[in-house]
Amino acid sequence: MAEQLKLSKKDRVAIWWRSTFIQGSWNYERMQNGGWAFSMIPAIKRLYKTKEDRAAALQRHLEFFNTHPYVASPIIGVTLALEEERANGAPVDDKAIQGVKVGMMGPLAGIGDPTFWFTVKPILGALAASLALTGNILGPILYFVLWNLIRMGFTWYTQELGYKAGSKITEDLSGGLLQDITKGASILGMFILGSLVNRWVSVAFAPTVSEVQLDEGAYIDWDELPAGSEGIKTALEQQAAGRSLSDTSVTTLQDNLDSLIPGLAGLLITLLCMWLLRKKVSPIVMILGLFVIGIVFHSIGLM
Amino acid sequence: MDLTMIQIILVVIVAFLAGVEGILDEFHFHQPIIACTLIGLVTGELVPCLILGGTLQLIALGWANIGAAVAPDAALASVASAIILVLGGQGEEGVTSAIAIAVPLAVAGLLLTIIVRTLATGIVHLMDAAAREGNFRRVDMWHIIAIIMQGLRIAIPAALIVAIGAAPVRDLLQAMPAWLTDGLAVGGGMVVAVGYAMVINMMATREVWPFFAIGFVLATIPSITLLGLGGIGVALALIYLALTKQGGSGNGGNGNTGDPLGKIIDDY
Repeated sequence: MAEQLKLSKKDRVAIWWRSTFIQGSWNYERMQNGGWAFSMIPAIKRLYKTKEDRAAALQRHLEFFNTHPYVASPIIGVTLALEEERANGAPVDDKAIQGVKVGMMGPLAGIGDPTFWFTVKPILGALAASLALTGNILGPILYFVLWNLIRMGFTWYTQELGYKAGSKITEDLSGGLLQDITKGASILGMFILGSLVNRWVSVAFAPTVSEVQLDEGAYIDWDELPAGSEGIKTALEQQAAGRSLSDTSVTTLQDNLDSLIPGLAGLLITLLCMWLLRKKVSPIVMILGLFVIGIVFHSIGLM
Repeated sequence: MDLTMIQIILVVIVAFLAGVEGILDEFHFHQPIIACTLIGLVTGELVPCLILGGTLQLIALGWANIGAAVAPDAALASVASAIILVLGGQGEEGVTSAIAIAVPLAVAGLLLTIIVRTLATGIVHLMDAAAREGNFRRVDMWHIIAIIMQGLRIAIPAALIVAIGAAPVRDLLQAMPAWLTDGLAVGGGMVVAVGYAMVINMMATREVWPFFAIGFVLATIPSITLLGLGGIGVALALIYLALTKQGGSGNGGNGNTGDPLGKIIDDY
Protein backbone atom coordinates (compact mmCIF):
# COMPACT_ATOMS: atom_id res chain seq x y z
CA MET A 1 0.00 0.00 0.00
CA ALA A 2 1.24 3.44 -0.86
CA GLU A 3 2.20 5.86 1.82
CA GLN A 4 -0.77 7.48 3.47
CA LEU A 5 -1.28 11.15 2.60
CA LYS A 6 -1.76 13.20 5.75
CA LEU A 7 -2.36 16.85 6.49
CA SER A 8 0.26 18.28 8.82
CA LYS A 9 -0.56 20.59 11.69
CA LYS A 10 1.10 23.37 9.71
CA ASP A 11 -1.36 22.75 6.86
CA ARG A 12 -4.25 22.89 9.26
CA VAL A 13 -3.01 26.14 10.79
CA ALA A 14 -2.67 27.64 7.30
CA ILE A 15 -6.22 26.54 6.48
CA TRP A 16 -7.48 27.99 9.75
CA TRP A 17 -5.83 31.32 8.98
CA ARG A 18 -7.19 31.36 5.44
CA SER A 19 -10.68 30.58 6.70
CA THR A 20 -10.62 33.99 8.39
CA PHE A 21 -11.20 35.35 4.88
CA ILE A 22 -14.01 32.96 3.99
CA GLN A 23 -16.47 35.77 3.32
CA GLY A 24 -14.01 37.82 1.26
CA SER A 25 -15.55 37.07 -2.13
CA TRP A 26 -19.11 36.70 -0.82
CA ASN A 27 -21.40 36.86 -3.83
CA TYR A 28 -25.06 36.47 -4.66
CA GLU A 29 -24.55 33.40 -6.78
CA ARG A 30 -22.68 30.91 -4.59
CA MET A 31 -22.07 33.06 -1.50
CA GLN A 32 -18.99 31.90 0.48
CA ASN A 33 -17.75 29.52 -2.24
CA GLY A 34 -14.67 31.55 -3.20
CA GLY A 35 -13.55 31.88 0.39
CA TRP A 36 -14.19 28.18 0.97
CA ALA A 37 -11.96 27.21 -1.96
CA PHE A 38 -9.39 29.77 -0.81
CA SER A 39 -9.35 28.08 2.63
CA MET A 40 -9.00 24.56 1.18
CA ILE A 41 -6.02 25.37 -1.04
CA PRO A 42 -3.27 24.25 1.41
CA ALA A 43 -5.05 20.88 1.74
CA ILE A 44 -5.50 20.46 -2.00
CA LYS A 45 -1.82 21.25 -2.55
CA ARG A 46 -0.81 18.62 0.01
CA LEU A 47 -3.21 15.88 -1.06
CA TYR A 48 -3.30 16.07 -4.85
CA LYS A 49 -0.28 16.17 -7.09
CA THR A 50 -1.54 15.99 -10.67
CA LYS A 51 -2.92 19.01 -12.41
CA GLU A 52 -6.19 17.23 -13.21
CA ASP A 53 -6.79 16.22 -9.58
CA ARG A 54 -6.00 19.69 -8.37
CA ALA A 55 -8.32 21.31 -10.90
CA ALA A 56 -11.12 18.90 -9.98
CA ALA A 57 -10.63 19.57 -6.28
CA LEU A 58 -10.68 23.33 -6.76
CA GLN A 59 -13.82 23.08 -8.83
CA ARG A 60 -15.72 20.94 -6.34
CA HIS A 61 -14.86 23.38 -3.56
CA LEU A 62 -16.20 26.30 -5.58
CA GLU A 63 -19.73 24.97 -5.19
CA PHE A 64 -22.35 26.91 -3.23
CA PHE A 65 -21.65 27.33 0.46
CA ASN A 66 -22.98 29.68 3.11
CA THR A 67 -23.09 29.58 6.86
CA HIS A 68 -22.10 31.68 9.82
CA PRO A 69 -18.41 32.46 9.15
CA TYR A 70 -17.16 31.02 12.46
CA VAL A 71 -19.07 27.73 12.44
CA ALA A 72 -17.67 27.10 8.97
CA SER A 73 -14.59 25.88 10.86
CA PRO A 74 -15.98 22.53 12.07
CA ILE A 75 -17.36 21.93 8.56
CA ILE A 76 -13.91 22.66 7.13
CA GLY A 77 -12.49 20.16 9.63
CA VAL A 78 -14.86 17.37 8.53
CA THR A 79 -14.27 18.19 4.86
CA LEU A 80 -10.50 18.01 5.38
CA ALA A 81 -10.88 14.51 6.79
CA LEU A 82 -13.08 13.47 3.85
CA GLU A 83 -10.61 14.89 1.33
CA GLU A 84 -7.77 13.09 3.06
CA GLU A 85 -9.61 9.77 2.74
CA ARG A 86 -10.45 10.50 -0.87
CA ALA A 87 -6.84 11.27 -1.71
CA ASN A 88 -5.91 7.95 -0.11
CA GLY A 89 -8.29 6.11 -2.39
CA ALA A 90 -11.53 5.89 -0.43
CA PRO A 91 -14.71 6.18 -2.54
CA VAL A 92 -15.76 9.62 -1.33
CA ASP A 93 -17.54 11.28 -4.24
CA ASP A 94 -18.35 14.92 -4.92
CA LYS A 95 -21.93 14.43 -3.81
CA ALA A 96 -20.85 13.11 -0.39
CA ILE A 97 -18.63 16.12 0.19
CA GLN A 98 -21.21 18.62 -0.99
CA GLY A 99 -23.89 16.78 0.99
CA VAL A 100 -21.91 16.98 4.21
CA LYS A 101 -21.24 20.69 3.64
CA VAL A 102 -24.86 21.58 2.89
CA GLY A 103 -26.21 19.28 5.59
CA MET A 104 -24.07 20.88 8.27
CA MET A 105 -24.22 24.52 7.22
CA GLY A 106 -27.87 25.20 8.02
CA PRO A 107 -28.06 23.77 11.53
CA LEU A 108 -24.64 25.16 12.42
CA ALA A 109 -25.62 28.62 11.18
CA GLY A 110 -28.57 28.15 13.50
CA ILE A 111 -26.06 27.88 16.35
CA GLY A 112 -23.59 30.53 15.17
CA ASP A 113 -26.03 33.36 14.53
CA PRO A 114 -27.72 33.41 17.93
CA THR A 115 -24.50 32.63 19.84
CA PHE A 116 -22.17 35.16 18.27
CA TRP A 117 -24.38 37.85 16.74
CA PHE A 118 -27.12 37.95 19.36
CA THR A 119 -25.36 36.91 22.56
CA VAL A 120 -21.61 37.50 22.64
CA LYS A 121 -21.57 40.59 20.44
CA PRO A 122 -24.32 42.55 22.22
CA ILE A 123 -22.88 41.72 25.65
CA LEU A 124 -19.32 42.74 24.74
CA GLY A 125 -20.61 45.67 22.71
CA ALA A 126 -22.78 47.04 25.50
CA LEU A 127 -20.00 46.63 28.05
CA ALA A 128 -17.44 48.33 25.81
CA ALA A 129 -19.85 51.07 24.75
CA SER A 130 -20.66 51.98 28.34
CA LEU A 131 -16.93 52.40 29.01
CA ALA A 132 -16.44 54.39 25.80
CA LEU A 133 -19.27 56.78 26.61
CA THR A 134 -17.33 57.96 29.64
CA GLY A 135 -14.33 58.60 27.38
CA ASN A 136 -12.51 55.48 28.57
CA ILE A 137 -10.22 54.02 25.90
CA LEU A 138 -10.38 50.64 27.61
CA GLY A 139 -13.82 50.12 26.01
CA PRO A 140 -12.69 49.52 22.42
CA ILE A 141 -9.50 47.72 23.52
CA LEU A 142 -11.48 45.31 25.68
CA TYR A 143 -13.96 44.65 22.89
CA PHE A 144 -11.29 44.01 20.28
CA VAL A 145 -9.15 41.70 22.42
CA LEU A 146 -11.98 39.65 23.91
CA TRP A 147 -13.87 39.28 20.66
CA ASN A 148 -10.86 38.03 18.75
CA LEU A 149 -9.72 35.70 21.51
CA ILE A 150 -13.13 34.07 21.63
CA ARG A 151 -13.39 33.88 17.86
CA MET A 152 -9.93 32.51 17.15
CA GLY A 153 -10.15 29.99 19.97
CA PHE A 154 -13.53 28.79 18.77
CA THR A 155 -12.58 28.44 15.11
CA TRP A 156 -9.29 26.61 15.74
CA TYR A 157 -10.70 24.25 18.32
CA THR A 158 -13.80 23.32 16.32
CA GLN A 159 -11.82 22.87 13.10
CA GLU A 160 -9.61 20.33 14.88
CA LEU A 161 -12.65 18.66 16.42
CA GLY A 162 -14.31 18.36 13.01
CA TYR A 163 -11.11 16.99 11.50
CA LYS A 164 -10.87 14.26 14.12
CA ALA A 165 -14.57 13.37 13.99
CA GLY A 166 -14.44 13.38 10.19
CA SER A 167 -11.69 10.76 10.11
CA LYS A 168 -13.94 8.44 12.08
CA ILE A 169 -16.72 8.76 9.53
CA THR A 170 -14.54 7.24 6.86
CA GLU A 171 -12.70 4.68 9.01
CA ASP A 172 -15.31 2.01 8.53
CA LEU A 173 -15.87 1.74 4.82
CA SER A 174 -16.92 -1.91 4.69
CA GLY A 175 -20.42 -1.41 6.06
CA GLY A 176 -21.44 0.96 3.31
CA LEU A 177 -21.41 3.67 5.92
CA LEU A 178 -20.28 6.19 3.37
CA GLN A 179 -23.19 5.48 1.04
CA ASP A 180 -25.48 5.92 4.01
CA ILE A 181 -23.87 9.22 4.82
CA THR A 182 -24.12 10.38 1.23
CA LYS A 183 -27.80 9.58 1.11
CA GLY A 184 -28.40 10.77 4.66
CA ALA A 185 -26.62 14.02 3.92
CA SER A 186 -28.66 14.69 0.80
CA ILE A 187 -31.86 13.97 2.75
CA LEU A 188 -30.76 16.35 5.50
CA GLY A 189 -29.59 18.83 2.88
CA MET A 190 -32.89 18.88 1.02
CA PHE A 191 -34.82 19.11 4.28
CA ILE A 192 -32.75 22.09 5.42
CA LEU A 193 -32.98 23.72 1.99
CA GLY A 194 -36.73 23.45 2.24
CA SER A 195 -36.65 25.28 5.56
CA LEU A 196 -34.17 27.87 4.35
CA VAL A 197 -36.25 28.70 1.30
CA ASN A 198 -39.17 29.23 3.63
CA ARG A 199 -37.27 31.31 6.18
CA TRP A 200 -34.74 33.27 4.14
CA VAL A 201 -36.30 34.09 0.79
CA SER A 202 -38.38 37.07 1.74
CA VAL A 203 -41.14 38.36 -0.46
CA ALA A 204 -43.96 40.55 0.81
CA PHE A 205 -46.84 41.77 -1.31
CA ALA A 206 -48.15 45.09 -0.12
CA PRO A 207 -51.57 45.67 -1.78
CA THR A 208 -54.53 45.85 0.55
CA VAL A 209 -57.26 43.35 -0.20
CA SER A 210 -59.85 44.50 2.26
CA GLU A 211 -60.34 47.01 5.03
CA VAL A 212 -63.00 46.28 7.61
CA GLN A 213 -64.34 48.71 10.19
CA LEU A 214 -64.08 47.05 13.61
CA ASP A 215 -66.77 47.13 16.28
CA GLU A 216 -66.32 49.37 19.26
CA GLY A 217 -64.39 47.57 21.99
CA ALA A 218 -62.42 45.51 19.48
CA TYR A 219 -59.81 48.24 19.13
CA ILE A 220 -57.98 50.60 21.45
CA ASP A 221 -59.84 53.89 21.68
CA TRP A 222 -56.89 56.25 21.89
CA ASP A 223 -58.98 59.31 22.80
CA GLU A 224 -60.42 57.62 25.87
CA LEU A 225 -57.10 56.64 27.44
CA PRO A 226 -55.90 58.30 30.69
CA ALA A 227 -53.15 60.85 30.25
CA GLY A 228 -49.43 60.23 30.74
CA SER A 229 -47.80 56.95 31.57
CA GLU A 230 -51.08 55.58 32.94
CA GLY A 231 -52.44 55.80 29.38
CA ILE A 232 -49.52 53.85 27.96
CA LYS A 233 -50.08 51.17 30.56
CA THR A 234 -53.78 50.91 29.74
CA ALA A 235 -53.05 50.77 26.01
CA LEU A 236 -50.53 47.98 26.45
CA GLU A 237 -52.95 46.05 28.64
CA GLN A 238 -55.68 46.42 26.05
CA GLN A 239 -53.37 45.29 23.29
CA ALA A 240 -52.35 42.27 25.34
CA ALA A 241 -56.04 41.53 25.73
CA GLY A 242 -56.26 41.26 21.97
CA ARG A 243 -57.53 44.66 20.95
CA SER A 244 -56.47 46.05 17.61
CA LEU A 245 -54.27 49.15 17.39
CA SER A 246 -56.48 50.89 14.83
CA ASP A 247 -60.21 50.92 14.24
CA THR A 248 -59.99 49.07 10.94
CA SER A 249 -58.77 45.58 10.20
CA VAL A 250 -56.51 45.61 7.14
CA THR A 251 -55.92 42.46 5.11
CA THR A 252 -53.09 42.62 2.61
CA LEU A 253 -52.50 40.31 -0.32
CA GLN A 254 -49.63 38.87 1.70
CA ASP A 255 -51.97 37.93 4.57
CA ASN A 256 -54.11 36.01 2.11
CA LEU A 257 -51.11 34.20 0.67
CA ASP A 258 -49.85 33.44 4.18
CA SER A 259 -53.13 31.77 5.03
CA LEU A 260 -52.38 29.24 2.27
CA ILE A 261 -48.87 28.66 3.58
CA PRO A 262 -46.29 31.27 4.66
CA GLY A 263 -43.35 31.48 2.30
CA LEU A 264 -45.28 30.35 -0.79
CA ALA A 265 -44.06 33.25 -2.91
CA GLY A 266 -40.46 32.54 -1.95
CA LEU A 267 -40.93 28.90 -2.93
CA LEU A 268 -42.38 29.86 -6.30
CA ILE A 269 -39.46 32.21 -6.97
CA THR A 270 -37.00 29.44 -6.04
CA LEU A 271 -38.73 26.95 -8.35
CA LEU A 272 -38.74 29.54 -11.11
CA CYS A 273 -35.00 30.11 -10.60
CA MET A 274 -34.36 26.34 -10.77
CA TRP A 275 -36.29 26.15 -14.02
CA LEU A 276 -34.42 29.13 -15.48
CA LEU A 277 -31.08 27.60 -14.43
CA ARG A 278 -31.95 24.41 -16.27
CA LYS A 279 -32.77 26.58 -19.28
CA LYS A 280 -29.17 27.86 -18.99
CA VAL A 281 -30.13 31.38 -17.97
CA SER A 282 -27.12 33.04 -16.32
CA PRO A 283 -27.45 33.48 -12.55
CA ILE A 284 -26.14 37.02 -12.86
CA VAL A 285 -28.96 37.94 -15.21
CA MET A 286 -31.42 36.45 -12.72
CA ILE A 287 -29.92 38.38 -9.79
CA LEU A 288 -30.01 41.69 -11.64
CA GLY A 289 -33.50 40.86 -12.86
CA LEU A 290 -34.73 40.26 -9.32
CA PHE A 291 -33.32 43.62 -8.19
CA VAL A 292 -35.07 45.34 -11.11
CA ILE A 293 -38.30 43.54 -10.22
CA GLY A 294 -37.84 44.64 -6.60
CA ILE A 295 -37.49 48.29 -7.60
CA VAL A 296 -40.33 48.22 -10.15
CA PHE A 297 -42.78 46.30 -7.95
CA HIS A 298 -41.98 48.48 -4.97
CA SER A 299 -42.48 51.63 -7.03
CA ILE A 300 -45.91 50.56 -8.24
CA GLY A 301 -46.83 49.55 -4.70
CA LEU A 302 -47.02 45.81 -5.26
CA MET A 303 -44.27 44.88 -2.80
CA MET B 1 -10.36 71.28 10.98
CA ASP B 2 -7.85 70.47 8.27
CA LEU B 3 -6.03 67.16 8.22
CA THR B 4 -2.41 66.72 7.29
CA MET B 5 -1.47 64.46 4.40
CA ILE B 6 -0.31 61.71 6.78
CA GLN B 7 -3.56 61.89 8.72
CA ILE B 8 -5.57 61.63 5.52
CA ILE B 9 -3.63 58.54 4.47
CA LEU B 10 -4.16 56.94 7.88
CA VAL B 11 -7.88 57.72 7.76
CA VAL B 12 -8.14 56.04 4.37
CA ILE B 13 -6.27 52.99 5.71
CA VAL B 14 -8.65 52.69 8.67
CA ALA B 15 -11.57 53.05 6.26
CA PHE B 16 -10.12 50.28 4.09
CA LEU B 17 -9.82 47.94 7.07
CA ALA B 18 -13.38 48.72 8.12
CA GLY B 19 -14.59 47.98 4.61
CA VAL B 20 -12.80 44.64 4.49
CA GLU B 21 -14.20 43.69 7.87
CA GLY B 22 -17.67 44.82 6.82
CA ILE B 23 -17.78 41.64 4.76
CA LEU B 24 -15.45 39.35 6.72
CA ASP B 25 -17.01 40.01 10.12
CA GLU B 26 -13.97 38.46 11.83
CA PHE B 27 -11.67 41.00 13.53
CA HIS B 28 -14.48 43.55 13.85
CA PHE B 29 -12.63 46.64 12.65
CA HIS B 30 -15.96 47.75 11.21
CA GLN B 31 -17.76 47.85 14.54
CA PRO B 32 -18.44 51.49 15.45
CA ILE B 33 -16.60 51.27 18.73
CA ILE B 34 -13.42 50.18 16.95
CA ALA B 35 -13.72 52.10 13.66
CA CYS B 36 -14.66 55.47 15.21
CA THR B 37 -11.96 55.14 17.85
CA LEU B 38 -9.31 54.41 15.22
CA ILE B 39 -10.40 57.43 13.17
CA GLY B 40 -10.18 59.51 16.34
CA LEU B 41 -6.77 58.09 17.12
CA VAL B 42 -5.24 58.99 13.76
CA THR B 43 -6.81 62.46 13.60
CA GLY B 44 -6.08 63.43 17.20
CA GLU B 45 -9.78 63.74 18.09
CA LEU B 46 -9.80 60.64 20.23
CA VAL B 47 -12.35 61.45 22.92
CA PRO B 48 -15.21 62.77 20.74
CA CYS B 49 -14.78 59.85 18.32
CA LEU B 50 -14.68 57.41 21.21
CA ILE B 51 -18.00 58.73 22.49
CA LEU B 52 -19.46 58.64 18.96
CA GLY B 53 -18.28 55.04 18.63
CA GLY B 54 -19.83 54.03 21.93
CA THR B 55 -23.15 55.62 21.04
CA LEU B 56 -23.26 54.09 17.59
CA GLN B 57 -22.28 50.71 19.00
CA LEU B 58 -25.37 50.75 21.20
CA ILE B 59 -27.53 51.55 18.17
CA ALA B 60 -25.87 48.79 16.15
CA LEU B 61 -25.95 46.06 18.81
CA GLY B 62 -28.36 43.88 16.91
CA TRP B 63 -27.13 44.56 13.38
CA ALA B 64 -25.91 41.31 11.88
CA ASN B 65 -25.57 39.68 8.50
CA ILE B 66 -27.85 36.68 8.76
CA GLY B 67 -27.82 34.27 5.86
CA ALA B 68 -27.76 36.30 2.71
CA ALA B 69 -29.46 39.30 4.25
CA VAL B 70 -27.31 42.39 4.57
CA ALA B 71 -27.46 44.40 7.78
CA PRO B 72 -27.29 48.19 7.74
CA ASP B 73 -23.68 48.96 7.05
CA ALA B 74 -21.87 49.73 10.30
CA ALA B 75 -18.58 50.28 8.46
CA LEU B 76 -19.62 53.25 6.32
CA ALA B 77 -21.78 54.67 9.10
CA SER B 78 -18.92 54.63 11.62
CA VAL B 79 -16.11 55.75 9.36
CA ALA B 80 -18.00 58.48 7.52
CA SER B 81 -19.75 59.92 10.57
CA ALA B 82 -16.46 59.98 12.49
CA ILE B 83 -14.75 61.80 9.62
CA ILE B 84 -17.62 64.29 9.44
CA LEU B 85 -17.37 64.78 13.20
CA VAL B 86 -13.63 65.47 12.95
CA LEU B 87 -14.01 67.79 9.94
CA GLY B 88 -16.82 69.69 11.68
CA GLY B 89 -14.38 70.58 14.44
CA GLN B 90 -17.06 70.88 17.12
CA GLY B 91 -15.53 68.25 19.38
CA GLU B 92 -17.93 66.46 21.69
CA GLU B 93 -20.76 68.85 20.81
CA GLY B 94 -20.77 67.53 17.28
CA VAL B 95 -21.50 63.95 18.34
CA THR B 96 -25.29 64.27 18.17
CA SER B 97 -25.40 65.58 14.62
CA ALA B 98 -22.81 62.99 13.56
CA ILE B 99 -25.16 60.26 14.83
CA ALA B 100 -28.05 61.73 12.85
CA ILE B 101 -25.92 61.41 9.72
CA ALA B 102 -24.75 57.89 10.56
CA VAL B 103 -28.08 56.14 10.07
CA PRO B 104 -28.73 57.25 6.45
CA LEU B 105 -25.06 56.45 5.84
CA ALA B 106 -25.67 52.92 7.05
CA VAL B 107 -28.40 52.57 4.43
CA ALA B 108 -26.20 54.10 1.72
CA GLY B 109 -23.48 51.64 2.72
CA LEU B 110 -26.00 48.84 2.30
CA LEU B 111 -26.39 49.81 -1.36
CA LEU B 112 -22.64 49.78 -1.89
CA THR B 113 -22.45 46.36 -0.23
CA ILE B 114 -25.12 44.98 -2.55
CA ILE B 115 -23.26 46.37 -5.55
CA VAL B 116 -19.94 44.85 -4.47
CA ARG B 117 -21.53 41.49 -3.67
CA THR B 118 -23.03 41.47 -7.15
CA LEU B 119 -19.67 42.36 -8.70
CA ALA B 120 -18.13 39.50 -6.72
CA THR B 121 -20.40 37.15 -8.67
CA GLY B 122 -18.33 38.00 -11.73
CA ILE B 123 -15.16 37.35 -9.76
CA VAL B 124 -16.13 33.82 -8.78
CA HIS B 125 -16.62 33.04 -12.46
CA LEU B 126 -13.01 34.10 -12.99
CA MET B 127 -12.11 31.82 -10.08
CA ASP B 128 -13.97 29.00 -11.84
CA ALA B 129 -11.80 29.55 -14.89
CA ALA B 130 -8.64 29.50 -12.77
CA ALA B 131 -9.85 26.34 -11.02
CA ARG B 132 -10.34 24.54 -14.33
CA GLU B 133 -6.65 25.06 -14.97
CA GLY B 134 -5.75 24.04 -11.41
CA ASN B 135 -4.14 27.45 -10.97
CA PHE B 136 -3.90 28.09 -7.20
CA ARG B 137 -2.24 31.46 -7.62
CA ARG B 138 -5.05 32.87 -9.71
CA VAL B 139 -7.75 31.56 -7.35
CA ASP B 140 -5.90 33.25 -4.48
CA MET B 141 -5.45 36.41 -6.50
CA TRP B 142 -9.13 36.80 -7.38
CA HIS B 143 -10.17 36.13 -3.81
CA ILE B 144 -7.80 38.82 -2.59
CA ILE B 145 -9.03 41.22 -5.28
CA ALA B 146 -12.57 40.65 -4.04
CA ILE B 147 -11.43 41.50 -0.51
CA ILE B 148 -9.68 44.65 -1.74
CA MET B 149 -12.88 45.64 -3.54
CA GLN B 150 -14.72 45.45 -0.22
CA GLY B 151 -12.05 47.65 1.38
CA LEU B 152 -12.31 50.25 -1.39
CA ARG B 153 -16.08 50.28 -0.84
CA ILE B 154 -15.41 52.29 2.34
CA ALA B 155 -11.97 53.75 1.57
CA ILE B 156 -13.15 55.62 -1.56
CA PRO B 157 -16.19 57.26 0.09
CA ALA B 158 -13.98 58.16 3.08
CA ALA B 159 -11.41 59.82 0.81
CA LEU B 160 -14.22 61.64 -1.03
CA ILE B 161 -15.68 62.98 2.20
CA VAL B 162 -12.27 64.26 3.27
CA ALA B 163 -11.83 65.84 -0.17
CA ILE B 164 -15.19 67.58 -0.53
CA GLY B 165 -15.91 68.40 3.11
CA ALA B 166 -18.85 67.57 5.32
CA ALA B 167 -21.69 69.77 4.03
CA PRO B 168 -22.14 68.40 0.49
CA VAL B 169 -22.31 64.86 1.92
CA ARG B 170 -25.36 65.75 3.93
CA ASP B 171 -27.14 67.15 0.89
CA LEU B 172 -26.30 64.14 -1.21
CA LEU B 173 -27.68 61.68 1.32
CA GLN B 174 -30.95 63.52 1.54
CA ALA B 175 -31.27 63.47 -2.24
CA MET B 176 -31.24 59.67 -2.51
CA PRO B 177 -34.79 58.64 -3.39
CA ALA B 178 -36.63 56.21 -1.13
CA TRP B 179 -38.02 54.19 -4.05
CA LEU B 180 -34.50 53.23 -5.02
CA THR B 181 -33.27 52.23 -1.56
CA ASP B 182 -36.46 50.43 -0.55
CA GLY B 183 -36.79 48.73 -3.92
CA LEU B 184 -33.26 47.39 -3.72
CA ALA B 185 -34.01 46.04 -0.26
CA VAL B 186 -37.06 44.23 -1.67
CA GLY B 187 -34.94 42.76 -4.45
CA GLY B 188 -32.27 41.75 -1.94
CA GLY B 189 -34.84 39.65 -0.12
CA MET B 190 -35.52 37.64 -3.26
CA VAL B 191 -32.09 37.13 -4.82
CA VAL B 192 -31.08 34.50 -2.27
CA ALA B 193 -33.49 32.21 -4.11
CA VAL B 194 -30.98 31.99 -6.97
CA GLY B 195 -28.36 30.45 -4.69
CA TYR B 196 -30.77 27.94 -3.21
CA ALA B 197 -32.03 27.01 -6.66
CA MET B 198 -28.49 26.11 -7.71
CA VAL B 199 -27.94 23.76 -4.76
CA ILE B 200 -31.34 22.14 -5.13
CA ASN B 201 -30.66 21.50 -8.80
CA MET B 202 -27.48 19.73 -7.76
CA MET B 203 -28.83 17.64 -4.89
CA ALA B 204 -32.37 16.88 -5.89
CA THR B 205 -33.41 13.38 -6.88
CA ARG B 206 -36.89 11.92 -6.97
CA GLU B 207 -36.04 10.14 -3.74
CA VAL B 208 -35.20 13.18 -1.63
CA TRP B 209 -37.78 15.72 -2.85
CA PRO B 210 -40.33 14.78 -0.17
CA PHE B 211 -37.83 15.86 2.48
CA PHE B 212 -37.67 19.27 0.88
CA ALA B 213 -41.43 19.54 1.24
CA ILE B 214 -41.34 18.48 4.89
CA GLY B 215 -38.60 21.00 5.63
CA PHE B 216 -40.51 23.76 3.90
CA VAL B 217 -43.73 23.09 5.77
CA LEU B 218 -42.11 22.67 9.19
CA ALA B 219 -40.22 25.94 8.74
CA THR B 220 -43.56 27.79 8.77
CA ILE B 221 -43.76 27.09 12.50
CA PRO B 222 -41.77 30.02 13.83
CA SER B 223 -41.06 28.47 17.23
CA ILE B 224 -38.92 25.73 15.67
CA THR B 225 -35.41 27.16 15.43
CA LEU B 226 -32.97 26.24 12.68
CA LEU B 227 -31.18 24.03 15.19
CA GLY B 228 -34.46 22.29 15.95
CA LEU B 229 -35.08 21.80 12.25
CA GLY B 230 -31.60 20.32 11.99
CA GLY B 231 -32.52 17.81 14.68
CA ILE B 232 -35.68 16.80 12.83
CA GLY B 233 -33.71 16.52 9.61
CA VAL B 234 -31.11 14.23 11.15
CA ALA B 235 -33.83 12.09 12.69
CA LEU B 236 -35.68 11.81 9.37
CA ALA B 237 -32.51 10.81 7.56
CA LEU B 238 -31.76 8.14 10.19
CA ILE B 239 -35.27 6.73 10.05
CA TYR B 240 -35.24 6.64 6.26
CA LEU B 241 -31.88 4.89 6.13
CA ALA B 242 -32.92 2.34 8.74
CA LEU B 243 -36.18 1.59 6.92
CA THR B 244 -34.58 1.21 3.49
CA LYS B 245 -32.12 -1.26 5.03
CA GLN B 246 -34.85 -3.39 6.55
CA GLY B 247 -36.88 -3.58 3.39
CA GLY B 248 -33.83 -3.79 1.17
CA SER B 249 -31.86 -6.67 -0.25
CA GLY B 250 -30.86 -7.91 3.19
CA ASN B 251 -27.42 -6.69 2.35
CA GLY B 252 -26.52 -7.28 5.98
CA GLY B 253 -24.26 -4.39 6.66
CA ASN B 254 -22.72 -4.39 10.03
CA GLY B 255 -25.62 -2.73 11.73
CA ASN B 256 -23.45 0.12 12.77
CA THR B 257 -25.87 2.94 12.18
CA GLY B 258 -24.46 5.17 14.91
CA ASP B 259 -24.90 8.22 12.75
CA PRO B 260 -21.57 10.05 12.77
CA LEU B 261 -23.00 13.12 11.09
CA GLY B 262 -25.65 13.39 13.76
CA LYS B 263 -22.99 12.97 16.41
CA ILE B 264 -20.89 15.71 14.88
CA ILE B 265 -23.83 18.05 14.86
CA ASP B 266 -24.68 17.16 18.44
CA ASP B 267 -21.09 17.69 19.51
CA TYR B 268 -21.18 21.37 18.64
